[in-house]
Amino acid sequence: MIKTDILIIGAGPTGLFTVFEAGLLKLKCHLIDALPQPGGQCAEIYPKKPIYDIPAFPEVLAGDLVDNLMKQIEPFQPGFTLGERAQTIDKQEDGSFIVTTNKGTKHHAPVVAIAGGLGSFEPRKPPISNIASYEDKGVEYIIRDPELYRDKNVVIAGGGDSALDWSIFLADVASEVTLVHRRNEFRGALDSVEKVQDLKNQGKIKLITPAEVVEVIGEGAVSGVSIKQGAEVFTKDCDHFIPLFGLAPKLGPIADWGLEIEKNAIKVDNTLDYQTNIPGIYAIGDVNTYPGKLKLILCGFHEATLMCQSAYQRIFPDKRYVMKYTTVGGVTGFDGTKKEAPKAVVKAIE
Amino acid sequence: MPADIKITIIDRDGVSHAIDAPTDMNMNLMEVVRSYELAPEGTIGVCGGMAMCASCQCYVESDHELPEMSDDEDAMLAEAFYVEDNSRLGCQLHISEEMEGLQVRLAPES
Repeated sequence: MIKTDILIIGAGPTGLFTVFEAGLLKLKCHLIDALPQPGGQCAEIYPKKPIYDIPAFPEVLAGDLVDNLMKQIEPFQPGFTLGERAQTIDKQEDGSFIVTTNKGTKHHAPVVAIAGGLGSFEPRKPPISNIASYEDKGVEYIIRDPELYRDKNVVIAGGGDSALDWSIFLADVASEVTLVHRRNEFRGALDSVEKVQDLKNQGKIKLITPAEVVEVIGEGAVSGVSIKQGAEVFTKDCDHFIPLFGLAPKLGPIADWGLEIEKNAIKVDNTLDYQTNIPGIYAIGDVNTYPGKLKLILCGFHEATLMCQSAYQRIFPDKRYVMKYTTVGGVTGFDGTKKEAPKAVVKAIE
Repeated sequence: MPADIKITIIDRDGVSHAIDAPTDMNMNLMEVVRSYELAPEGTIGVCGGMAMCASCQCYVESDHELPEMSDDEDAMLAEAFYVEDNSRLGCQLHISEEMEGLQVRLAPES
């Protein structure tokens, strides 16, 4: 069981900055994120895009913002559970919470801060009417174990990097790889596109373009797919159908935690501390809503700062504390480092 | 001051809305839809307007000459669902005077 003071769900900019503000109050943090790396949307969707509205940064790349935040919070030694989605929450008798991920990792904390942005990133599922009944019976949206496809007949759909990369990889594993894409053109890293071209020339990958999978076929498990190419619809036998259309954020299991949801976001008390309807659970950043809410990174930073003060009072109800400026108090890390303003000396010069 | 233009947006329930859209606020069609709350928050403009999610896909039903697609928009539509010949991403259509009388239908949520 991982134990911490503030369990943060979501390692985007708001979640990361929470570690800093909590650290100033000597509170330890642990972050859970469904993505394999910290940074949330900034790292996953637009790392190379500039942001212009971070105060005092006339321009900063989203990826650099994340790198800077990671550097800023380093002294506070945050823990990370990455590549796992927060699945369930159980309130304990003492008012603390146990949050369990989809992989069974348990986390125990007196305070939970949901900084989940637009939700956890899930594969985008194509609107094929009967596809749901074949999930895990030959239809997979994520490739977890490539060995599953050894000597199998595989159809992949999609035209981006992951469709190209997996087609290349599985060409040596599967007995047959067919790549179906709506366009003749593929958009991905140049060497991936060229590699697929080579493998197609060698007969190791079959390309069907411009075409779309319109139906999954099989008794109980996948035995083929229907492919529409122009006006023609034909059947292609296969053991697995793998649609790879990228990721999209979904609020997911958090929606079932008993929190008040409005406009696909978690309602909080913005007049006080961004607490939800469940005391001890806060929601900050893009995941929350209140009158006048703006989904901006800078607003998330502000919300995180206020939330940490409230969390401190919740954890130490009998302690008195007033906020201290870092210019005055410096930053003392849990790793023993200390940053502070250089002290002036009073000394006569002879 | 530049005048607002009239455009018609058919929402995901098939309801038609005749609305005024400003041409001087650097707004795009996705933002206009959100400002009139014609699709629930969280189901449109998910990526914020970077042509990276297709949640603002719409079908252009009037015969307006719209600006050409960028490579980003074209690439996103190649991966999107429910795509038709008249599909565009609302976030890539900046409201301009040439769009007076434009009619678009929002694509299904996906």
